[in-house]
Amino acid sequence: MREQQLLAIADDELFLGWRESEWTGIAPMLEEDVAFSSIAQNEIGHARALYQLVAGEDGDVDALAFDRPLEEYRCAPLVELHLLDWAHTIARRWLYETADEIRIAALKSDPDPAVAGLAAKIDREETYHRMHAEMWHDRLKEEPRFTEAVAELWPYAVGMLPEDLRPELAVRTGQVLPSDNLSQAHERGTHTDQLAPMWEEMTEVRRSAPAGAQW
Amino acid sequence: MVEAEVWALLEEIPDPEIPVVSLVDLGVIRSVDVDNGRVHIEFTPTFLGCPALEYMKRAIEEKVPGAEVQVIQDDSWSTDKITAAGREKLREAGFAPPAPRLVQLQSQVHKCPYCGSTETRLENLFGPTPCRSLRYCDSCRQPFEQFKTI
Repeated sequence: MREQQLLAIADDELFLGWRESEWTGIAPMLEEDVAFSSIAQNEIGHARALYQLVAGEDGDVDALAFDRPLEEYRCAPLVELHLLDWAHTIARRWLYETADEIRIAALKSDPDPAVAGLAAKIDREETYHRMHAEMWHDRLKEEPRFTEAVAELWPYAVGMLPEDLRPELAVRTGQVLPSDNLSQAHERGTHTDQLAPMWEEMTEVRRSAPAGAQW
Repeated sequence: MVEAEVWALLEEIPDPEIPVVSLVDLGVIRSVDVDNGRVHIEFTPTFLGCPALEYMKRAIEEKVPGAEVQVIQDDSWSTDKITAAGREKLREAGFAPPAPRLVQLQSQVHKCPYCGSTETRLENLFGPTPCRSLRYCDSCRQPFEQFKTI
């Protein structure tokens, strides 16, 4: 159970890190090229540290990150989406960071000191991701393209968090939780058809090398 | 080998990205323990996504032969761990050292490392490495890199 919870966060950070790195070189302005590359690097670093915690000090982090069968990945559908529109990209950044802050805050008071310590370290770095996301949110919040993107991605954002943390996310983002007569959340445990091509691209070099290759 | 000798050796290892400071200046060596000739070194990453992590670990192992290097992933490092000497070396090299965490939370003042002016503005929260932001000094018209406070 604990392992599944940590893997879920690690997988979110790994796949979102990959998605954010897709803006490297093609973001609308140079500053965002740098920002998205740096954010991607941080997220993948967090994934690595979380995989290490699951694998143990001498465990194989790369095997956890790249070698699992596709159906065993625990990432939320939100991070799988291949977004080529800036309004959607910023909407996902803002929703993701808001949800991530809520779950990391919960982990900071975890009874396991190794989990709580790593969560606190991750949170220090995430402060800068949140400042970046809030800056963009302030800039775009009145723009219809942005508010439409937030509404479209909201059921995916809800799927990032366990039930008990969802009301706080709704309050912080000013959204309404999905219910039976409205749209449904895109839940963790289900995947979009965009995961497989991303995973194949991410692991292509590793899979092409002979077993035991040293990098 | 005694602990002081190990610290002296570690003092000679430059940070691979900002070589003006050593790993000791950066405060990433959490502890050195010498017991019956066995050397145990605890080392904390600065930022978790720092690509120099493996490089630094290897550099320690090469510098202190036989040392057992343990990477600690807890919350024990912050920019407040950078030593006074390390902060001065950063400033001399044109990197604005990070303000102490408690100060930074209360004030948004950032000083130019070249002229000391506080008339500076944020250009980008992110920079060439995870630990740095980009700022511009309106007084001496010099862009500079600000070590992020974390």
